[in-house]
Amino acid sequence: MSPILEARNLQKAFGGLKVIDDVSLRLEPGDRVALIGPNGAGKTTFVNLVTGNLRSDSGDVLIGGASVTHSGPAERAHRGLVRSFQVTRLFQDMTAEEHLALAILERDGKTHRLAGSYRAMPQVMREIGILLSTLGLGTVAHRKVREIAYGQQRLLEIALALALRPKVLLLDEPAAGVPQSDTGRIEAALADLPADLAVLMIEHDMDLVFRFARRVVVLAAGAIIFDGPPQAVTRDQRVREAYLGSYANVRRAH
Amino acid sequence: MRAGQSTRRVSTDLVGIAVILAAAGIGFLLFPDNLALLTRIIALALLVLSLDLVTGYCGIATLGHAALYGAGSYAAGVAAAHFAISDPLLMTLAGITAGAAAGLVCGLVILRATGLPQLVLSIATVYLFHELANKLSSWTGGSDGLSGISPSPLLGLFAFDLWGRTAFGFGVALLLVVFVLLRILARSPFGMLCRGIKEDPLRIRSMGASPYRALAKMYVISGAVAGAGGALNAISTQVVGLDSLSFTLSAEALVMLVLGGTGSLYGALTGTVLFMLFADFVSAASPFHWLTMVGALLVAIVLFAPKGLYGSISDYLARRRGTA
Ligand SMILES: Nc1ncnc2c1ncn2[C@@H]1O[C@H](COP(=O)(O)OP(=O)(O)OP(=O)(O)O)[C@@H](O)[C@H]1O
Ligand SMILES: [Mg+2]
Repeated sequence: MSPILEARNLQKAFGGLKVIDDVSLRLEPGDRVALIGPNGAGKTTFVNLVTGNLRSDSGDVLIGGASVTHSGPAERAHRGLVRSFQVTRLFQDMTAEEHLALAILERDGKTHRLAGSYRAMPQVMREIGILLSTLGLGTVAHRKVREIAYGQQRLLEIALALALRPKVLLLDEPAAGVPQSDTGRIEAALADLPADLAVLMIEHDMDLVFRFARRVVVLAAGAIIFDGPPQAVTRDQRVREAYLGSYANVRRAH
Repeated sequence: MRAGQSTRRVSTDLVGIAVILAAAGIGFLLFPDNLALLTRIIALALLVLSLDLVTGYCGIATLGHAALYGAGSYAAGVAAAHFAISDPLLMTLAGITAGAAAGLVCGLVILRATGLPQLVLSIATVYLFHELANKLSSWTGGSDGLSGISPSPLLGLFAFDLWGRTAFGFGVALLLVVFVLLRILARSPFGMLCRGIKEDPLRIRSMGASPYRALAKMYVISGAVAGAGGALNAISTQVVGLDSLSFTLSAEALVMLVLGGTGSLYGALTGTVLFMLFADFVSAASPFHWLTMVGALLVAIVLFAPKGLYGSISDYLARRRGTA
């Protein structure tokens, strides 16, 4: 199968510090990939480069075989590349329902309408209802974001990503900050995703990683040091060293 | 619940219309000899509403908004004085069109930057418009102002009388139409998009929308509204001066908006009425110190009611309702 998303030789430095050093990665439709690595390894930066939130110093990004290296994040989102944020970024004054409406309307090219309301669009309302109930957000549908608990904001962040009907979904630590009692909702939502969607999830919780991923990629000090099946990752010597911190130190010293 | 929400929305609109009509009626009774002042307040209210669309709703800092108002004023004036288009509705249409065009031009320039550079660009645009109008004096009358504007009767029925009754009535009608259209806009999908852009443009990009395009579009809409105000000014005063295109007017519009409270149509209206009536009253009572008094009012409101008069009162009421 041809890759739906391809990152080729991405590089990014902040000041003198190389944060992403020649990283290449391909995702195919239906992939379930976990991207793991120590704190500060460059995982979020990698996602930012892929989505266009940051400009890479060199390298290319392709969606469905077409280069989007020179397109901004909006264009990439319209081509089906959707992300969630590690630290929730939502609109404090909007309700949960309005968030999803905005995403659905934008996806369908309707946000430039000057009159009317999503409330009068039965399709949109139905879709919002399904998304809210999938993530257990029905009770806070009409609450403004600033009035709902952080754990529920995390769930809304995921619902928002799903509302855009992505082809590639990049989730940056979706379960971080979600109470244990609610992580089941996230897992259930992930399990229900369309089979041909490609998902890359950054996650520190290894139990979640093992339940979700069919492939694990390990990033350490800006480079991929492992790419393979979950069973093999814990046995890998380089991965063990990276998590002990020695690997990162060696690379930084050069 | 949903049906309840939409009826509540419609009924707040009706309240708004009723309040505007009541305010106009009270003004008419209180100032029967000074309808020109009331009409000027309405024209400026349109300018301040227009400013609220970009500043309050979208978070764009601008001190050049009179460029759009002046463009509307001159377009209506030039149409009447040079092209014999004296029908007030057509003059208004000319003002709206020119305001929208000026909004597009200014928007494309101002939106190139953010923050302080954006503010500087906005000041630059109003100075450029001002200079352009000054240079094109064969069309605009330059610093003498554009005269020879005599609008024909409204709908062929109501002549623009010496007392300014027709102009006032026309102004009130124009304001009501704009108010209703802006209420519809504020809750449309586009209004929702703009709220999102104001809070977090980067997040909006990740959802696939382009803030630049949306804001440019809002600038065009804003220009149309300011242009309508400018046209009303040309129709009612029958002259257009360079002051309608000035930095001073731009700054005053921002002051009025901040006085009332940004981000709500009622705030914009409250601020304009408050500023204009206060300035009129104080300048008559104390011609030498009125600017000091206006300054003091502004300082007081910003310090004690930072969300503006309307914003602070509606916040206070919402809190009381919350605790009750
Ligand atoms: N905008 C920035 N400017 C300067 N340095 C940055 C910037 N963003 C990230 N960094 C640095 O780049 C490195 C990688 O950061 P990144 O956020 O990508 O790591 P991460 O793998 O996502 O870590 P975590 O697991 O803690 O989320 C860190 O050393 C970080 O301090
Ligand atoms: Mg991170």
